[in-house]
This record gives sequence, structure tokens and C-alpha cells, in this order.
Amino acid sequence: MSEDGSTPSERDLDRMDVRELGRLGAHLDDVEVVDDSPRHEPGGPGERRAIRRVAAWFVLSVLGAIGFVVVYVLWPWQYTSTGPQETLRSWFTPMLGITFAISVLALAMGLLEWSKTVAPPDVAIQQRHDGPSPPVAQRTFAARTVEILEQTGLRRSKLLRRTVLAAGTAFAGILAVTALGSLIRNPWRSEGPAPLVTTEWHSPDGERTYLRMDTGDPHSVTLVRPEDMVPGGLLTVFPFRESMRGDPEKLSKILRSADSSVILLRFAPGTPVVEQIGQEDFNLGGLYAYSKICTHMGCPVSLFEQTTLRILCPCHQTEFQANEYARAVFGPGARPLPQLPLAVDERGYLYAPHDFIEPVGPGFWSREPRG
Amino acid sequence: MTSRGYRPRRYSLTAGAARGAERRFQLAGLARHQINKVFPWHFSFLWGELALYSFVVLLGSGILLTLFYVPSMDEVIYQGSYAPTYGLEASRAWVSVMQISVDVHGGLFLRQLHHWAALIFLAAIMLHMARIFFTGAYRAPREINWFIGVAMLVVAIFEGYLGYSMLDDLLSGTGVRIFSGILLSIPVIGTWLHWMVFESAYPGEIYIERFFIAHVLLLPGILLALIAVHLAVVWYQKHTHFKGPRARESNVVGNRTLPVFAMHSITMLLITTGVLGLLAGVAQINPIFHWGPYNPTQVSNGSQPDWYALWLIGSLKLFPPTDISVGGEYTIPGGFFSGVMIPLVLILLLFAWPLIDRLRDPDRELHNVLDRPRDAPQRTAIGAMALALFGVLTLAGTDDVSATVLSIPLEPLRWVERGAVFVLPPLVYLVTRRLCERLQRSDREALSGGIATGILERPVDGAYRSVQQPFVGVDADGGEHDPEYDGARVPKTPTPQRLRGES
Ligand code: HEM
Ligand code: FES
Repeated sequence: MSEDGSTPSERDLDRMDVRELGRLGAHLDDVEVVDDSPRHEPGGPGERRAIRRVAAWFVLSVLGAIGFVVVYVLWPWQYTSTGPQETLRSWFTPMLGITFAISVLALAMGLLEWSKTVAPPDVAIQQRHDGPSPPVAQRTFAARTVEILEQTGLRRSKLLRRTVLAAGTAFAGILAVTALGSLIRNPWRSEGPAPLVTTEWHSPDGERTYLRMDTGDPHSVTLVRPEDMVPGGLLTVFPFRESMRGDPEKLSKILRSADSSVILLRFAPGTPVVEQIGQEDFNLGGLYAYSKICTHMGCPVSLFEQTTLRILCPCHQTEFQANEYARAVFGPGARPLPQLPLAVDERGYLYAPHDFIEPVGPGFWSREPRG
Repeated sequence: MTSRGYRPRRYSLTAGAARGAERRFQLAGLARHQINKVFPWHFSFLWGELALYSFVVLLGSGILLTLFYVPSMDEVIYQGSYAPTYGLEASRAWVSVMQISVDVHGGLFLRQLHHWAALIFLAAIMLHMARIFFTGAYRAPREINWFIGVAMLVVAIFEGYLGYSMLDDLLSGTGVRIFSGILLSIPVIGTWLHWMVFESAYPGEIYIERFFIAHVLLLPGILLALIAVHLAVVWYQKHTHFKGPRARESNVVGNRTLPVFAMHSITMLLITTGVLGLLAGVAQINPIFHWGPYNPTQVSNGSQPDWYALWLIGSLKLFPPTDISVGGEYTIPGGFFSGVMIPLVLILLLFAWPLIDRLRDPDRELHNVLDRPRDAPQRTAIGAMALALFGVLTLAGTDDVSATVLSIPLEPLRWVERGAVFVLPPLVYLVTRRLCERLQRSDREALSGGIATGILERPVDGAYRSVQQPFVGVDADGGEHDPEYDGARVPKTPTPQRLRGES
């Protein structure tokens, strides 16, 4: 605030009217008012007309609000899927929005009109005061800072400076440990095998892990036989062990497992196939099983293009060549889909002799088997 | 006005309250200074307000939603009144959002209000940032607000992402899966970071609770604090303005806080709220009852995140397939570059822009007068280049849908996009620069040659000539001189009054 020396006396103030005092205040605030002429003659017919227009908007706003409350309270909104009620109900939310908008926007329009036709234009110019503080402030502040450093001994003692810095850092350190410590878990320490490199296809006690399809009923178990698959066919399958039978929760949960879903394919006879080195015996004739979890970012791959024999990921469109060990041939994914070994038991059901031999899903730093 | 002096009335409720406050806090001088503060006006200054007021709507609608939302991954059977999903197994989180959408009176309106406010919030932030960039408002002394601004942009993107990830529908679950994949891709500490967030391999049993706390407490708190500082800095440093008849570096021309600026600002709040309410009513957004509950073994084709996350997806999609092997023992997946490094570098460049700008521009003055974008061709061209890159990545993010809709094959499209990442930005740079220079020239030509009036005259020599209305510069003391360009907008349509006087 700039007091320019000529601060008026109490007596001067007594003689000033509202407008003069307003100007004086503006002046003290470095503001020069360029234009605050009234839009109309105060109280005159022009202003009365303007106020009526503003008031009309406000009345509309109130009507909108009433409409909103009426819709809210009286309009049928409970969900029904049939009958004429259904159409009416589907208009509940739109009607809420429309009445809400009428009320709020009419209020906005009234306010805008008010500011443009009743309030003065109020064009004003204020001086800025850029740049540093006045020298006296700077000097005294700087001097006081130095004085404080002197008084506390910080300027004199290196020992004090170093130890207080160390203790401060240590304090920040224990705060960080307190905050983050509880969150840190070792991904490689868990009961049983490390979750990043094993899936539910791993059988902890040698029990056979069968291929199960999702029939829509999470508690029924349907296993897969080679004959269930027509050439060119594709099926999503999940791991099943007899020991799961008694556990309905597990039976249902495994159908939504994030790493164990597998796609089972049968190529038409005569389809040229290239096998991954070391996995030449994973297929069962024309039957091949690949992890459904995209090796890019982990979306479930879900499309199979019959003509090109490509498996497509819907997330970023990586394409995997199904008859060439599901290697990535297009898009951002780099690694093939891991292959699950297949075998058939004495009753004719498909099972997986062992888990994938590499981690499924998106890559990570230590995914290569070590040792 | 009357010539009688004015003194506050002695006995009235307001006068009593004012005296009481005055005795305790000495407010009069302080308050007068604030209500006399001058704010400039330009339509582009409204983007910041739009962001602010969408945030207000977000807070309000969000608080109401927390009364019904249940952040739990427990599996339950949906038994609400929405028939098509009746009996489905889903998380309690999804079921509670279904309840809000279908069984809470006015709940769908609230949800859609919240989601639309989020979309508009991010759009407003980006428009606001663009206006700050293209007018040079980030220059000294306002760099600090640029830094705070970019921090808020990043927090806002995360906030939005966490918001739609909590619903646990088929769409959002896919987004979390990708987030998990990106975390895992980080060299050395990726798996540890993953365990910090998820406590286990994806998906675990806790992320929804954590996302919820971050979404309703942590990030909104950070945003609130940053917005408060941001606005305090604008208030304290005074807003910039464009060059105009009275506007100088040393002053600010506009309206005082009360009544006009406040009236306009509240109008803006109301328009934001009203339009968001309209959208919330009539424009369906994120219909989770159509997506269904999340199941990690399923995905809906053409699933799209909210628009402000598309550029990240674009980066994931366009990056070539790479898995870098480190010493044959360790792997750096390509997702680390496309999902972590590219976004990080782009955000850091954005953040550091006021500093980078100093390498380009030796100017160290304080600036209160904004540039017209054309008057800083290089800066404008750099900004346009950045927008072009953002645009290509965003379009790539949604290319599977556009390819289907336009029935063009995806593979060649991908290659075109990959090329566009490198070709389009420099091209846009060159074109923008030329355009700015052309616009500058046209301003200077108008100033020296006058504005074409469209009137033809035929002097004695018989040839038609078009009449130009000339400009005259006026000094502070009223003297006339040849006009000079001073950074203000040059009118390109003739003023009729003067035309009449001259012809
Ligand atoms: C949460 C998001 C944000 C909100 C609510 C917000 C709000 C505002 C408001 C209301 C203003 C004053 C009016 C205006 O100039 O538009 C402002 C000014 C400013 N904002 Fe923001 N802003 C946000 C994000 C950003 C971002 C992302 C940037 C840049 C990276 C930024 C940089 C600035 C600067 C430099 C000013 C001073 C402008 C001037 O004086 O001309 N803000 N902000
Ligand atoms: S997750 Fe499959 S392509 Fe990205």
C-alpha cells in the first residue's frame, strides 16, 4: 500500500462522500479508476429495464430448481427392464441434467447480465511493483540472517554444522523408513514357489493338472479331450486338480486367475508348424497350448485369426504367429507366448505334465532362470 | 452523489460486526486492498478458472460418491436390481458402483457428473497450460507457477487414472493390468515396486483399497495444497495481461475484485457447473453395467482409457518390440522404454521448459506483458511441435478403434504412425514458424499501408485503386506519429467513423 505522505486528516475524511472515499482508497491501493460511470441513470428507466432482464433470468433459475426437485422426487427412477415404465425411467437422469442445467445456467446468465448492464464497467489500472524489496528491507534482512548464524554458533563451528546436518538427514531417514518400510515386501520370499515364475499349472505334490474349460458355471468341472477340438478351433482352458473338487471357492476363483489361463489350439492337418527349440514335444499332434497372458503388458489375448493363424492381443495389438511357437510377429510385444506341455491320460483327458518352463506375462528384470 | 460526508452508521448489525472484526484483526486496510485488486480479462485466462471450478465439482461430487462406494476386492454375487448382471460374481467394489448407478436415487447423475468433471478438468488444465506456453506467461517472474502447474498436471493424470481403476469393471481392470506390467518392467527394482503396490503378483487382494485411499485422500490433498499455492502466487505476483492502449509492463489493466471480477468469476463457476450437470444428465459416460465386472481372463475389444491417458497407450503401442538382455542374465523389457522412460522424459522436458527456454532466449527481464504467439515464432513453433507429438501419440492410442471404424488395415496404419512421430513434429515446427512470420508481416503491412476498406476509387488517371484506411499513432500527450507495432492486436477491419471522415 502506498501512503504518499498526503494522508488526509480525520477532518478531511469527514467531509468526503462515498465516491470520494472510494477513489481515495483506490489511490492508496495504487489503483486509478478509468471508467466507473454507471451504465444507466441510477434508478432511471434504463436501469429498471436492465434489472427486469436480470430478474427474469433469476426467476427462470428458480423455476429450473423447482423442476429439478419435482423430477427428483416424482419421476420414476427405479430400475425396470420392461414395459412403458422403462422408457420413462431411462429419462430420469437426462431430465435431472436438463433441469439442473436450466437452473444453474440461468443463474449464471442472470449474474453475467447483471455485471454487464447494471454494475459499472469498472475499468481500472493498478501499478505493479516488480523487482526487489527496498534496500533497507534487504540490508536489514541480510544482516539479521548473518547475526542469527553468528548467535547460534553455526558460522563458527564446522562440527556443529556437520552434526546438525547429519542428525537432520537421519531424521528424514527414519521418517522415510517409517513411511515406506511397511510397504516393502520381498517378491522372492513366499511360502512355496515364487509367484512370478510359477503358475497354477505347477503341481506342488505331483498330482496331475488337467485342462478344464469354462462352462459358465464356476462350480462344474468339464475336462477336455483331444476330440473336443475341431481343427482350427480355439478354447480357453484353466488348470484343474482332483484335490480342488472339494473347494468351491478355489474352483470358481481359478477361472479368473490372472496368470493361468491358457489357449488351446488345434491346427488343421497339413498346417506348417515351426517348433520352439527344446519344446518340440510340448504339443500333442496338432494340439498346441499357449499362455493366454500377453507377453507385452499382460492383457489376455483373445482373438484368433483363422486365415493367418495369428493370435491377437486386443490391448496394443501384438500379433503372435500360432504355428510358429507363437512368436511375436507384429506390434510392441517381443517375446513368444510361453507354451504349455500337453499329454493325455488313460481316460483320454488332456493334462499338463508340468508348468510353463518360463514366466508368463509381461517381462521383468530377473525373468531369466538363474544358476 | 450527495456532497454530504460519509461515515459508517453507528448502530446496525453489519457495522457492529465490522467494528468487532476491526478491533480484533485490523482488517479494513487489508480487506480494502484486496477488494480493490485489479484483474485483467481475456478469454484465454478462463481456462485456469475452468480447471479450478471443475476441480470444485470433482471434490463435491466425489465426497458424495464416497458415501456409497465400497473399496473392497471381496468376491460377492451381484443381487441388485439390474437384471442383465444379476447373479454374476464380482468384487464388492464393482457391486457398490452398480448400486450407485442403478439403486441409489440420483446416483447415476452423481457418477456421470464426477466422470465428466474429471474429463473436463484435464482438458482445461491442458488448454490452460497451452495458453501459458504460447503467450510466454511462464517467463520470469512466473516460472514457479509453471513448475507447480506441471506437478499438478501429473498428479491430475494419476488421480483420474486411479479413479476409473477403482471401479473394477472389465475396462478398468485391463488398465490396472497394464500398470502392473509397466511397474514390473522397471529394471532391478520393478518387481519390488510391484510388491509395494500390489503386495503380490498381479492382481493380489489389496490394490483397490490402496487406489481408493490415494484417490480420495492423498492425491486430492496434494492437489488442493498445490492449487492453493498456485493461486496465492497468481494473486501475489499479479496476473499478466496483453498489450493494449493502457496496458504496460508496469501496470495491470482490468476490473477490481469487487464487484465485477467476482461476478465474472462466479459466473464462470456456475457455467462450469451447469454444463457439467447437463453432460452428466444427457451424455452417458463409463457405463460399467455394460462393461461387466472385471475378469483377468477376459477383455473387451476396443477398450479405451480416458482421453488423457491415450498418449501413454500410444507410446506403448508404437514402440518397436524390444527385450534387451543384460549380460544374458537380466532383461529390460521394451515396456520400460515405452511405458516409463518416454513419458518420464516428455514430462521432464515439459517441467523444465522455463529453464530450457533460457538456453534459447538470452532475455532475463521480468515480463508482465504477454506475447502474441506470432511474435515469438520459435517458441510457438516448438509448442506446436509438442502438440503434434501429443496428437500423434493420442491418435495411436486409439488406432485400433479408428482402424475398425474406418475399416483400414491396422498394420500399415501403425507404420504410418511410427513415421509420423518423427516426421510430423518437425514439419509442424516449420509450418508454424512460417505462419507466424507471415502473420507478423501482415500486421506490419497493415500498420504501414493501412487496412483495405474494400472501397475502390478512380482518380483522374482512370485506374481503379482500392482505398486503404491508414493508422495513426497517438502519443501520450496527444501528438501524432507514424504507427509502430507494439505487440498489441492490429485491427484488420476498417472503423466506419474514421472512414467517413477521411473519404
Ligand atoms: C490443477 C490445475 C490448475 C489449476 C486449477 C490452475 C488454475 C489457475 C488459475 C485460476 C490461474 C489464473 C487465471 C489464468 O491465468 O488462467 C492460473 C494461472 C497460472 N497458471 Fe495455472 N492452473 C492449473 C494448472 C497449471 C499448469 C499445468 C500450468 C503450466 C504448466 C500452470 C501455469 C500457470 C501460470 C504460469 C499462471 C500465471 C499466469 C499469468 O499470470 O498470466 N497452471 N492457474
Ligand atoms: S498387452 Fe498385449 S499388446 Fe500390450
